[in-house]
Amino acid sequence: MATENKQTMKPFSVHMNKDLQRRYRAEKRFQRCGIAAIAIALSFLALLFASIIGSGYTAFRQTFIELDVHFSEDLFKDENLAAADYAGLIKQALRTAFPEVKERRALKSLYMLVSPGAAFSLQDMVKEDSRLIGSRQKIWVPANDDVDMLIKGQMKATEAEADRRLKDDQLGWIGQLEKDGKLETRFNTTFFTSGDSREPELAGIWGAVKGSFYSLLITLLLSFPIGVAAAVYLEEFAPKNFWTDIIEVNINNLAAVPSIIFGLLGLAIFINFWGLPRSTPLVGGLVLTLMTLPVIIIAGRASLKSVPPSIREAALGIGASKMQMVTHHVLPLAMPGMLTGAIIGMARALGDTAPLLMIGMVAFIVDIPGGFTDSATALPVQIYLWADSSERAFTEKTSAAIMVLLAFLICMNAAAVIMRKKFETKW
Amino acid sequence: MIYSYLPFIILLLGACAYFIGSAKAVAVSGGSGGIRSLHSLPSHYGALTALCCVLPALMVYALWQIAEPMVLTSMIKKGLPAAMLQLSANEFSLVLNDIRNAVAGNSLSGSGDTVILAAAQRYMALQATAGKIASAVILVMMIAAVLIMYSRIHIHLRARNIVEGLIRISIILCSAVAIFTTIGIVLSVLFEAIRFFKIIPLQDFLLGLDWSPQTAIRTDQVGSSGAFGAVPIFVGTILIALIAMVVAIPIGLLSAIYLSEYAHPRFREIAKPLLEILAGIPTVVYGFFAALTVAPFIRDIGTSLHLEVSSESALAAGLVMGVMIIPFVSSLSEDVLHAVPQSLRDGSLALGATQYETVKNVVVPAALPGIVGGILLAVSRAIGETMIVVMAAGLSANLTFNPLKTVTTVTVQIVTLLVGDQEFDSPKTLAAFALGLILFFFTLCLNIIAIRVVQKYREQYE
Repeated sequence: MATENKQTMKPFSVHMNKDLQRRYRAEKRFQRCGIAAIAIALSFLALLFASIIGSGYTAFRQTFIELDVHFSEDLFKDENLAAADYAGLIKQALRTAFPEVKERRALKSLYMLVSPGAAFSLQDMVKEDSRLIGSRQKIWVPANDDVDMLIKGQMKATEAEADRRLKDDQLGWIGQLEKDGKLETRFNTTFFTSGDSREPELAGIWGAVKGSFYSLLITLLLSFPIGVAAAVYLEEFAPKNFWTDIIEVNINNLAAVPSIIFGLLGLAIFINFWGLPRSTPLVGGLVLTLMTLPVIIIAGRASLKSVPPSIREAALGIGASKMQMVTHHVLPLAMPGMLTGAIIGMARALGDTAPLLMIGMVAFIVDIPGGFTDSATALPVQIYLWADSSERAFTEKTSAAIMVLLAFLICMNAAAVIMRKKFETKW
Repeated sequence: MIYSYLPFIILLLGACAYFIGSAKAVAVSGGSGGIRSLHSLPSHYGALTALCCVLPALMVYALWQIAEPMVLTSMIKKGLPAAMLQLSANEFSLVLNDIRNAVAGNSLSGSGDTVILAAAQRYMALQATAGKIASAVILVMMIAAVLIMYSRIHIHLRARNIVEGLIRISIILCSAVAIFTTIGIVLSVLFEAIRFFKIIPLQDFLLGLDWSPQTAIRTDQVGSSGAFGAVPIFVGTILIALIAMVVAIPIGLLSAIYLSEYAHPRFREIAKPLLEILAGIPTVVYGFFAALTVAPFIRDIGTSLHLEVSSESALAAGLVMGVMIIPFVSSLSEDVLHAVPQSLRDGSLALGATQYETVKNVVVPAALPGIVGGILLAVSRAIGETMIVVMAAGLSANLTFNPLKTVTTVTVQIVTLLVGDQEFDSPKTLAAFALGLILFFFTLCLNIIAIRVVQKYREQYE
């Protein structure tokens, strides 16, 4: 076509071709912009994951130091085994490992190599087996977080001594321990089994995970039945009038209200007005319930809407009452969609932090919560707390906790996707 | 003893009542035609019996749970020595607290005080008797209810209608929870905000240029009164939201257009869920990312360009918030673009327009109201977003539009004012609720406008 044009009406076709080329170029440019936009968004995603994983994967390993501990009988004269001087045992073991260190200040910095938690692990060992008393044992105890950072390469030995938290003599001792094979990194079980701590090497996420679990349990038990009931009423029974309009506007609006506002509600009503205990999963669960409800209701209504009217008419036709039609036929068919919505709502509740800050779940809590009314924190709040702390070792803990949180979220969302795929019915 | 198991006992008796009711229904239908002569199914009679038995019992139980501490405390009060009753209200509540602690078994303060211990013992004795009485009343009530229902069941009783009516009432109550929540939000922020505006006049709060809520402990210290001019906070919030929208709108909109107009279905199938992952990441993770990676990066770039960049710059927080909002903008606009009828596109293409020209001149203008609605929703989310700004933006309220400086936002201030110890009379704490009120009404307006716009738009093409 173009060549034919060229021969017959040259001036016009040149003009036309140029114009067309310009338009095609614009077309190309626009397409490239679109691809670039998606690429930018996805590269942010990649960057985020890379930065979290890059700074967090080391937290799953932990440095341990081997000590030759002598459980001398003199220390265990008291009946109460818990009262013995376990920190003294550790110090003594360190002194025997490095007999050349004599000066008080040097000794003090020597003791700094081992975590203060080492004394507690000795205590636990003795409690479990009192025959240890009087014996000599080779025991691996957790190293201090500074040593851990050095071994993991996050603290450079090449920095100037004043900038480092470990001084030159400490580096020397660590080098000697490494040479003797008395220093190794192992899988960090503490991270998964203990509660929060001021010492990075002793801090774990189990307390926060349990706090999250209790809160979400309350959320699920309350928001799912209420949400399903509300969705059923609004979709199947509600007359179209002023009140149902108001309910509808309310639900749509509540789905978009900032989560921190729900926290203010929890603080003012649940804690100050009803007098429920602060910082507990009970209040956290209630607040998250109110937040999750709109999500579940909206998803539930969409799923009820997708059940074809013929099912309803068939049920009514053979003499079912309206309630029987809903409970026997419509609801079972809509259930997979409702469960999917519930899982997505729960995933959002699991990741939400701001309302929990308002109701005091940010306290520093070492104990692992054992019930709904124990003081607790939640996994995302734990992340916030650790991210705030200045010690370098907490940065990797934060990233690791984020990885755990994301793993939970991915599992939940994957479950929702699989469920949707499996039970999807095309009518 | 029996009182602590009462809820289980109530439910157990309810289950029994169900079987008794349905058995009686079968029994009364024994004549000609079997259960066909009943008005409802036997299970309806059973359910009705169970409900009549359980509901009043649970109601009495719940009422007693709430009323018990008040009633018992007032009974205890009479027995306390006269000297104690003359204490001021605050001190007296401390005494009551001690008694309650002693009852709970963890007497930390004043454990040696015999008066308190005696009172606690009396409290426990009263509690035990009251529990017994309450259990007896509830059990008698339940048995009576079952007996009455048992005598009432006959073939003409419209059990199904009654049961379904009760269920209907309960699901209406469930859907009213949304209204109660909104009322709760409004009341909880409104009352505290009104108390705040009694101390700090409204115009000082809305128009004041100075924000320093830290009130001094001694009255003679400098700045003891605190300053509550919220303009710097509003400016900071708007600045960060603006940066976020500058990032999110072009990227979100362009990806939506590409995905809905150009992309191969297979590409779309992969790219769309990946974009949605961005929406599923908790905001606390974005906050950490902003503080750990983005803020230092921006500061390094700034210093290499000889610019003075604060380490908690508005730019870092806004940028990361923008990334968070991208999927929000893109999925909302994609829905809207999908709703544009294919005939409009076909018409434009048939006239010789390229696809870009079709998108620019036909599809986007047709979808514009919906896109604007989506963007308004995104703005409301950016303004209410908390964790990113708490972790990446600063606390100091600078009145500036420079994105490299530190600014603070409404949500950051709410969090800093309310986390930690609070006293509910100081303007510092109440200010958080005033800010919450402003935030709630502002986002409420945005949401309602946006939802209306989107709905209007949908109806237009349906």
